[in-house]
Amino acid sequence: MNPVQVKNLDTHYGHRHILKDVSLEVRQGEIFVIMGGSGSGKTTLLNHLLGLLRPSSGSVHILGQDINTIGALAKQELRTKMGVAFQSGALFSSMSVGDNIALPLREHTKLDDTTIGIVTRLKLEVVSLAGFADLMPSELSGGMIKRAAFARAIVMDPKLLFCDEPSAGLDPVVAASIDDLILRLRDAMGMSIVVVTHDLDSAFKIADRICVLDKGEVLALDTADAIRASPNERIQNLLNRRTEEAEIDPDAYLRRLLGEKDEDEDEEPMRDHL
Amino acid sequence: MNLKTHENNGTVVVSLAGEIDLEHSPSVRKQLMELMFDRRDVLVDMAQVAYIDSSGIASLVEAYQMARKNATRFVLVAVSQPALRVLQLARLDKVFALADTVEAALAG
Repeated sequence: MNPVQVKNLDTHYGHRHILKDVSLEVRQGEIFVIMGGSGSGKTTLLNHLLGLLRPSSGSVHILGQDINTIGALAKQELRTKMGVAFQSGALFSSMSVGDNIALPLREHTKLDDTTIGIVTRLKLEVVSLAGFADLMPSELSGGMIKRAAFARAIVMDPKLLFCDEPSAGLDPVVAASIDDLILRLRDAMGMSIVVVTHDLDSAFKIADRICVLDKGEVLALDTADAIRASPNERIQNLLNRRTEEAEIDPDAYLRRLLGEKDEDEDEEPMRDHL
Repeated sequence: MNLKTHENNGTVVVSLAGEIDLEHSPSVRKQLMELMFDRRDVLVDMAQVAYIDSSGIASLVEAYQMARKNATRFVLVAVSQPALRVLQLARLDKVFALADTVEAALAG
């Protein structure tokens, strides 16, 4: 069974239709890149994969379980098998780097302190942050925060790793080192890795398959080579960084200029806080 | 996970098999550390290890460090490819003493 199965996923923010009939599967041991421009729905899709949002319709199965129907305890158990490297790092600023990385092991396992300490320092070695355990997050550079976030995301050796914009805001050399890290993790640990990115160079370097999202729809889902060779004009526009002029809805445009809002326009989707 | 031990010319051979994960690594650690406290020479046969996670690797690291302090032998033998890839990820293949076979380790 594939570790991620999304079927006919629809979601709305108020009246706005954000994801439209999205279906995809992530295979065991593959690096699956979700790519698209700003506002394409890729972050919303990631939040659904993490079980942070409930869909209007459709289903999301993670490691064989419907993440929207399982109970709170089962979801907590499921999340111990998932790692997430957030775009901002999301490290706890009041805790040292080492304590941030050790936190999942302390919360979810009964391993003794010696083992937790070794595993924590092992992960710091893997992300090339050896010796940084005692520093505070505020003492790290942007690239180091990303790598520390990776270390925390993999500290439980998850079956599934999610990475949100791993190379965003990094210089090309550091971004390339993050790409290499993702490839090494997959090869060594056999993880299935889902990467959300708008960085084309990174996507084509690491992806086994790429899902191109556009305006909430799956525009294409194929191997990196097939995506690159696609004759689809919208895909080529994305790959060649050509802008597309958005179609204008005159009514909506005038309402925006006059400061009139649709009801529910800013309504947030239902969030799952469990 | 399966763990068996036998003696060969005064050296304890620990044979690990199956998946060494969060559930099983504490028992591996306990048995290895008992051998280390007894200051035994130990070979860990890893030919049949299908998977080892970081907590399992940590148990090997802790035992190896104690063996170094005790000046006893601690050698990983016939490390399976899945286990070797995990060791290589953290460059531990450059740290541990490795041998291809039990016989080679005993002779070494």
